[in-house]
Amino acid sequence: MAVDASTSARGDLILKNLTKSYGDFSAVDDLSLVVPKGSFFALLGPSGCGKTTTLRMVAGLEEPTSGSIFVGETDITDMKPYRRPVNTVFQNYALFPHLTIFENIAFGLRRRGITEAEVKTAVDKVLNLIELPQLATRKPNQLSGGQQQRIAVARAIVNRPALLLLDEPLGALDLKLRRQMQIELKWIQTEIGITFVHVTHDQEEAMTMADTIAVMNKGKIEQMGTPEELYDSPKTAFVANFLGQSNLIPGEVSGSDGDNLIVDLFGTKVAVPKARSSARGNSALVGVRPEKFRIAAEGKSTHGNVLTGGVVSDVSYIGVSTQYQVEMPWGKEVMVFEQNDDEEEMLRKGAKVVLSWEPIFTFALDGSENVSAGSH
Amino acid sequence: MAAFRGASAKVFGLKDNKSALPYLLLIPGLLWLAIFFIVPIFSLGQMSTKVPGADIGEFVQEYRFSNYIDAFNSSKEQFLRSFLYGLLATIIALAIAYPLAYAIAFKSGKWKNILLVLVVAPFFVSFLLRTIAWKQILGEEGPVVSVLRTLNIISVNTSITSSAFAVVTGLAYNFLPFMTLPLYASLERIDPRTLEAAGDLYANGFTTFRKVTLPLSMPGVVAGTLLTFIPAAGDYINATILGSPSNKMLGNVIEARFFKIVDYPAAAALSFTLMAAILILITIYTKRTGTEELV
Amino acid sequence: MKNLTKWLSKNLIRIYAFFAFTYLFIPVLYTFVFSFNDSRKTNLIWKGFTLDKWKNPCGAPDICSALGNSFVIGFTATAISTVLGTLIAFALGRYRFKGRSATNLLIFLPMATPEIVLGASLLTMFVNLGINTSILTAIIAHVMFCISFVVVTVKARVASLDPRLEQAAMDLYANEWQTFRRVTLPLVAPGIAAAALLAFSLSFDDFIITNFTAGTVNTFPRFVYVSAGRGIPAQANVIGSAMFFLALFIVVAAQIVSSRRKAKI
Repeated sequence: MAVDASTSARGDLILKNLTKSYGDFSAVDDLSLVVPKGSFFALLGPSGCGKTTTLRMVAGLEEPTSGSIFVGETDITDMKPYRRPVNTVFQNYALFPHLTIFENIAFGLRRRGITEAEVKTAVDKVLNLIELPQLATRKPNQLSGGQQQRIAVARAIVNRPALLLLDEPLGALDLKLRRQMQIELKWIQTEIGITFVHVTHDQEEAMTMADTIAVMNKGKIEQMGTPEELYDSPKTAFVANFLGQSNLIPGEVSGSDGDNLIVDLFGTKVAVPKARSSARGNSALVGVRPEKFRIAAEGKSTHGNVLTGGVVSDVSYIGVSTQYQVEMPWGKEVMVFEQNDDEEEMLRKGAKVVLSWEPIFTFALDGSENVSAGSH
Repeated sequence: MAAFRGASAKVFGLKDNKSALPYLLLIPGLLWLAIFFIVPIFSLGQMSTKVPGADIGEFVQEYRFSNYIDAFNSSKEQFLRSFLYGLLATIIALAIAYPLAYAIAFKSGKWKNILLVLVVAPFFVSFLLRTIAWKQILGEEGPVVSVLRTLNIISVNTSITSSAFAVVTGLAYNFLPFMTLPLYASLERIDPRTLEAAGDLYANGFTTFRKVTLPLSMPGVVAGTLLTFIPAAGDYINATILGSPSNKMLGNVIEARFFKIVDYPAAAALSFTLMAAILILITIYTKRTGTEELV
Repeated sequence: MKNLTKWLSKNLIRIYAFFAFTYLFIPVLYTFVFSFNDSRKTNLIWKGFTLDKWKNPCGAPDICSALGNSFVIGFTATAISTVLGTLIAFALGRYRFKGRSATNLLIFLPMATPEIVLGASLLTMFVNLGINTSILTAIIAHVMFCISFVVVTVKARVASLDPRLEQAAMDLYANEWQTFRRVTLPLVAPGIAAAALLAFSLSFDDFIITNFTAGTVNTFPRFVYVSAGRGIPAQANVIGSAMFFLALFIVVAAQIVSSRRKAKI
């Protein structure tokens, strides 16, 4: 990855060929990456993919086997953690149980020899920012999970680091609180303008907050881009399955028609935008997100790409939508999410159906991809 | 505050119980302690103000509190020595045990359980045998003295045993597991991520230790130092085996008063003073270190 | 050179721990080595290797009767103190009741009292009541000082128990007794076993309190102390070493069993 003068001068985080091996096993494998200053960057992947190891190497808690780490023009690879312009929000927060909230937040400032008056101002300011000024004299174990989470963020950002690292920061919270904190963290990031590097295994969390997501698998980055790019044009089966759900149907490229490729799926021809195909040879995996399908009883009129001969094998009504499993003539099932926004009757199990969708919602992967990689 | 208490009760699973069950569980054991610990302490208190009767071994209650002054005056030196040796032994044991416990808690990986067994293991060889082993290793015919003398590090007239040094290190050695285990227990409870967090917040290794590790391990330090100091200050075996007559501790005096001179009141007065002094020290110590529940 | 200093600073604490362990084990090793000494009466100077003392550990006069007394006192005191202490530990670890802090204090005090004071006070009481000290009074004394250690050990285990396990048992139709018998007790058992082992080693190794409360009954530590003056027979080293290996075997076996069980789960 080329690093030009403009990126390094701005204070971006730059990882160059970063590797961490334990014996024969590479937790992080030749990783290169630039995180632009001021962005909210997410490292997304299943447990054991190397995302936390990457974060810990940036924080200085883990020594890279090879490669280097820069913040702007400063090489921080061999710097002790306490000398790095980097702060971390730890998983489970790691608040100091013997210190008050005020002292927890003041900890980093005091280590850097900042005057008492300035410490007081800075801590008060950050407590106001997270809207918990009344907690200053409490101890961590007297706080709720959500409050502890916010204190952990405050303790890190009060130091105005060049870079804030967040290690599964919301993992210990319940769903509702997690949603609320996602919005809050995003707001704090915009407010203070520090680069956030966020490690998570929760794709929804990553998509809600991050400007850029890097999907990691087995120590390597599978794909990097905005949430929309990753969702609409995944380049690998792993990304297609890990970020949301995908129906991947094997087919043969049989020709081309203007901006579209024509792919033969078990005898039915469908159109796929060339721009959204990463198939290299003739064999391809055609991908359609479940919510892009339209489902209708056999015989109804359809348009766009059409697949006939499906039989509903399972129906679950989940409020905003209805989820159908449809058994296709070639013996595999596909997943269809139908929004409950019209008066059409729900289809019953056993009903014969036809599926259709707009060609622009189709993507294609190379045929050599493993269909089930990254499935939940 | 009441609500908070309720919450903590739930966490630790303590049940509010109006029935007699907890008392039934307590009675046999507490009765044993009452009869064979509390009552004897009272007997000791009574004995301490008696005076010798007509026959040897017979004592009459005359509430002579000057027994305390007499006993203390006659053994001031041993009294102070007991506390001094106990204190020094505790400091040495702490200096040895803290890094050891730290290494086991944070740096031992899969060896942790085996190392813990090894800390306790020497304890299984009778402590008298181990103390005598030290006497022989460091003694006149032992290997250490002869090597040091050949190298001219110590003179022919200098010995290692029969000295305050030998008694204090002997005490430190004997009570080392009592120091190490509580320290380990409190260090092991520290979430290693809080230490990483300190490093992340600009604290170097030493500051992390001073500001985070040490305060969080204080309960272990308090428990360990007490469990070492109390038996060390009351001990007389190390002074007998490793020391000379000029290293006698209060325990030696009490033992001699009981068995050799048969002066029970003086021995009781000294025992009582020792116990009171230790309890006062513990109270001050735990108040100052802010450790309330020790058990 | 730079690598060496880096390695040293990284492993300094491990090196320190290694030396601490060496220090802990020097007398143990010495005791073990001298159990093979072909000595006569005193066991001070190395006279040559022999297995005779291991073949005939009772060869020294009185040593095995003293050892027998130590076992009798140790086993009896362990059994009684483990039962009494475990009951208290359950009361303290499970229930909130009036007199909790007084109970805690009563448990703590014997541990905060020097052994010599415990021994002296018991002897004074026995003398006052005209009771002759014997093996029985020694057992009574040993139970007394072991109870507190049992309570502390078992209570830690009881307190760390997840109360939801007992609630789950009750939910699955176990009454209070069945819950205790089938769920609580098996889970606390390792703590009770550790407490019993601790009680036995405290009792077996005790000299000071025994010296005050056992009358003329000889125990193994007493035997060692008395013979220290004229020289300890190598048989004492044999018994000390054997006890060491026996205890080590029990602890290691317990560790292996519990880690196997964990592996199965």
